[in-house]
Amino acid sequence: MDTNVDVSMRVNGDPVSRRIEARMNLVDFLREELGLSGSHVGCEHGVCGACTVRVDGRIVRGCLMVAAQADGADVTTIEGLSDTGEIRALQDAFVERNALQCGYCTPGMLLTLAELMERNRAASRSEIREFISGNYCRCTGYEAIVDAFEMARSARSGGGGDAA
Amino acid sequence: MTDLIADRWILDRPNSYIGRSVPRPNAPRLAEGRGTFVDDVPLGPRAGHVAFVRSPHAHARMRSIDTEAARASPGVIAVLTGRDLAAIHDPWIGVLTHLEGLKSAPQYALPLDTATWQGEAVAAVVADSRARAEDAAELVAIVWEVLPAVTDPASALDPDTPVIHESLGDNLAWRRNVDFGDIEAAYAEADHVIEETFVFARHTGVCVEPRAILADWNPAEEQLTVWHNTQCPHMIQNILATHYRLDEHRVRVIAGDVGGSFGIKVHTYADEIATVGLSILLKRPVKFVADRMESFVTDIHARAQTVKGRIAVRNDGTILGFEIDALSGIGPYSMYPRTSGIEANQIVNLMGGPYEFDHYRAQATVVFQNKNMMCQYRAVGHPVKCAVTEGLVDAAARATGLDPAELRQRNLRADDSYPCRSVQGLPFENLSHEESLAKLLEAMDYEALKDERDALREEGVYRGIGLASFIEVTNPSAMFYGVGGARISAQDGATMRLDARGNVFVATGATEQGQGMEAVISQVAATAVGVPPERLKIVTGDTEHTPYGGGTWASRAAGIGGEAVARAGRALREQILRAAATMLQEDAANLDIRNGVVVEAQTGAERIGLDEIGRICYYRPDTLPDGFQSELVATRHYVPRKYPFAFTNGVQASYLEVDVETGFITLLDHWCIEDCGTVINPLLVDEQIRGGIVQGLGGALFEECVYDRDGQMLNATMADYLVPMAAELPDMQCGHVESPTAESDLGAKGAGEAGTCGAPAAVMNALNDALAPLGASRLTDMPFTPRKVLRALGRI
Repeated sequence: MDTNVDVSMRVNGDPVSRRIEARMNLVDFLREELGLSGSHVGCEHGVCGACTVRVDGRIVRGCLMVAAQADGADVTTIEGLSDTGEIRALQDAFVERNALQCGYCTPGMLLTLAELMERNRAASRSEIREFISGNYCRCTGYEAIVDAFEMARSARSGGGGDAA
Repeated sequence: MTDLIADRWILDRPNSYIGRSVPRPNAPRLAEGRGTFVDDVPLGPRAGHVAFVRSPHAHARMRSIDTEAARASPGVIAVLTGRDLAAIHDPWIGVLTHLEGLKSAPQYALPLDTATWQGEAVAAVVADSRARAEDAAELVAIVWEVLPAVTDPASALDPDTPVIHESLGDNLAWRRNVDFGDIEAAYAEADHVIEETFVFARHTGVCVEPRAILADWNPAEEQLTVWHNTQCPHMIQNILATHYRLDEHRVRVIAGDVGGSFGIKVHTYADEIATVGLSILLKRPVKFVADRMESFVTDIHARAQTVKGRIAVRNDGTILGFEIDALSGIGPYSMYPRTSGIEANQIVNLMGGPYEFDHYRAQATVVFQNKNMMCQYRAVGHPVKCAVTEGLVDAAARATGLDPAELRQRNLRADDSYPCRSVQGLPFENLSHEESLAKLLEAMDYEALKDERDALREEGVYRGIGLASFIEVTNPSAMFYGVGGARISAQDGATMRLDARGNVFVATGATEQGQGMEAVISQVAATAVGVPPERLKIVTGDTEHTPYGGGTWASRAAGIGGEAVARAGRALREQILRAAATMLQEDAANLDIRNGVVVEAQTGAERIGLDEIGRICYYRPDTLPDGFQSELVATRHYVPRKYPFAFTNGVQASYLEVDVETGFITLLDHWCIEDCGTVINPLLVDEQIRGGIVQGLGGALFEECVYDRDGQMLNATMADYLVPMAAELPDMQCGHVESPTAESDLGAKGAGEAGTCGAPAAVMNALNDALAPLGASRLTDMPFTPRKVLRALGRI
C-alpha cells in the first residue's frame, strides 16, 4: 500500500510541492523537507508550543497537524516573519529585555505573541500571561517575555524602542 | 585561611563594560529561529536515525531478543543489542574516591542481559528516518523474565528486599555520617528541640530541547565528530575517548546552541554513548534525539529526599545546633561521572549554612532503586538543605514566639565575621547575610506586609509570608570533582587573537546554554582589551577550537571562564601595545587601548587604530625593526586555589494566598536579594535569578515524577507532569549586595542557581504562615498540591 501523498502549499510566500509520507506532521515537514529549522520540536503531543507556526493566518501546533492537512494552505514560520519584518519590534524587545535565554521556545513564543498583538494589543499583563500559557519556557520564568510584549507594543505605537 | 588582596584592574578600565546590561551577541540569531541546535545540523542521506527499544519493566531479565522482523522492516539499516556494543566499549562506574564508600555497578551503553529501570534502552534500531526506526523498534521481540522491583527507599536495605546488583551485596550506594560539636549537649541546653520531617519529590529539568547527539565516525582517519547538546564538551570528549578506547585528539565534540540544560545535560547517558557506538559500528553518521517520553524516563531525576531534621534553640532565639537524617533513593546505578552521591553530600555539607551554631550531626543514606537515575540538577542539594534549615528556623520562631525575621537577625553569621568556617569546616570568604536580609525586609516593606496579611485574615483571606536565607556553592575548584578522580576540569582557558582588521577573536572553554555566557565573555574581553563588544567574535563549545575547560556547571562559567578571559585580554592588550610602541617609537607604558584605538594613556589622544596595527603586523612586518616579532595571540587559564568554592548568599521571600475551599495557592509576590560578588551584567543576573526561582517554585508546588510500586512512572508526558506556566507566576523582584571574591581580579561569583536554592523554602514557610491561624497541620511534603493543603486543613 502506498502511504505517500502529494502536498502543495505556500510556505513563507513560496510555493512548495513534495511527495511525503502521509503521517509526516507539519513541523517535521518544515524542518526536514524544507530545512526551516526555526520551528522546534519539544514534546510532539501539543503541549509545549515550541512548534507553533501560522497556517492561514492562525497559529497552530506544528506537531498536531499532519503536513497533508496543510495542503493548499498558506504557512508562515519564524523565518518568514523575520524576513518580512512583521515581528521586528517583538524580536528587538526580546533581545533588549533578554526575554529569551536558550532560544528554543522563542520562535513559538514569538508567533504566539504576534497573534496576541493582532487580537488584543492592549492586553493586560495577566492577559498576556494567559495567552502564552500554552507555551513552555523553562529558562526565563516568563516575566521578561511579558515585559518584552509591552515594550514591543509601545515601540509599535511610536513610543520608541526603550519604552517599557 | 589566606587573606587575599585582589587587583581590581579590570574594574578600573576606561570604557568598562562590566556592570552594564550589554545585549547578548547570540540573541538576535535565536530570536529569528536561526540557531543551530543538534537536531538542526544538516544531514546527508546516509545518516542513520536511531530509535531505542526501551524496557517496559522496572527490573527484568531479557531471556531472548528476536530482531529478525525489525531487520526486515522498511528503511532499517541495523538492529543492535548490548552485546554488539560491548565488543567495542568499556563500561563505566559512577564513583568518586572522595565520597568514601560510594559504590556502583558497571554500566554499559546497553545492558547485557538485565534492565534495571523502566525506560532503560535495551536495543537499538537504526533506520533512514526516525519514524521508520520507531516502526521497526516495535517489531523487536524480547522475552522478559520480570524481576521484583525495588521502589521504596525506606525498605531498600531490609533483609528481605531483593538486591538490584548481586555483585554489590546490598542496595546501599553510600552512607555518610558527620558529627561536629556535641549535639546531645545542645539538646540538653536548649529550651526547645523541634523535629520535623521534610519530603522532597523526585523531579526533573524538562529542558524544552530534549537531549540529542549526532555522532559521525570516520574510520579512514579514525576521527569521531560528535554534535552534542552537552554542558561540558571537554568532559564528554574524555569520556568518549576513554570508553571507546580512542586517543582524545581523535574525538571532537561540538556543542552548538543548547536548548536549556539546568544540569540535565552534564551527565553520561547510556543511550548517547550507545549512539556513538552505533556510528562506529555502522561507519556512518547516527543521530539520536530523545522524544518527550524518553526524556521523562531517562533525563536524570533529582531531589528525592526524605529528611528528618531537628533544631535546638534557646528561648532567646539562639540556635544551638541542627541534626538531620536524610534518605534518598537514586536509580539502579550511580550516574557517571559526577555520581549520585553529590546531592546528599551537599545537604550534609551545607545544612544551617547562613547561621552561627556549634553543634551538628548528620547522616545521609543513599540507596539504589529500580527507577530512573538521579543526579545533579540546578542547585544540587541546595533547595533541600535550604528548606530543611529554613523550615526548622521557622519552627524555632514559633516555639520561641519570635518573629521569623527577628530570629534570623539574631542568628545569621555577622557580616564582619569573615573569613570564617562553617560548623562543617567549609571556609567562607565574604558573605553578606545581614545586609541582604535588611535589604529584603526593606524591599518588601515587611512590617506593612504583615499588617496587610493580618487585616485580611479578619476578612477570611489567608495570606502568608515566608523567608529563606541561603548559601550557595559557586566557582568550584578541583575539590568538587577532580580530587575524587573525575576528569572534569575545574580550570578554564581563554584564547584571544587580534585579526588583521583589528577585530578580536575570543575562544573560551566556558559554554553557552542560554544563560548569557557569550555576553559576559564579550563584556570582559571588550573591557580587558579596550574594544567595543561588536568588534569581538566569541567561539564556544568546540573541543577543537577552544582551550581546555570545564564548560557550564555549578555556577562557574562567569566566575572562572570570565576570569580566564580577563587575563587573556590583558595579555593581548600588552602584546598589542608592544607592537604599537614599536611602531610609534613610544614607551608602551604610556599607551593604552580605548574603543579599539591605541591612545596616550594620560590624555586619551588617539595614536593608531587596531586595524592599522593588524595591517602592519600581518602584511608589512618588513617595516618593523629587525628583532621585533609581533605576537597577537594570548592564552590564559584560571582556577580558584585558595577557596574550594566561592560561596554566595542571599535571601528570598514569598507572599502567597491560599484558597481554603479549594486548596489552591496563588503566588502574589516573590523577592530575592542575592550577593554574587561583582555583577558583570545586571540584566542577565536578574534573569538568571528569576528563571532559577521559577524552577524552585516548580519543585515546591507542581513537579513530581510519580512512580507506582512496580517502578512505572505514571506521568511521563508534559500534560501530566506539571511545571510552572506563565499564568501561575508572579513578577519577581531582585536586588543585590556585592561582595566580590578576592580570588579573582574580576571578583565575580556564580548567579545561576541561587534562585532555585531558596524559592521552595520561602514558599513552604509562606504556606505554613498562611495556614497557621486555621490550626492546620504543618506542610513539609513537596510539592504542595491542593489535595495536600486540604488534607492539612482537615477538609478531606
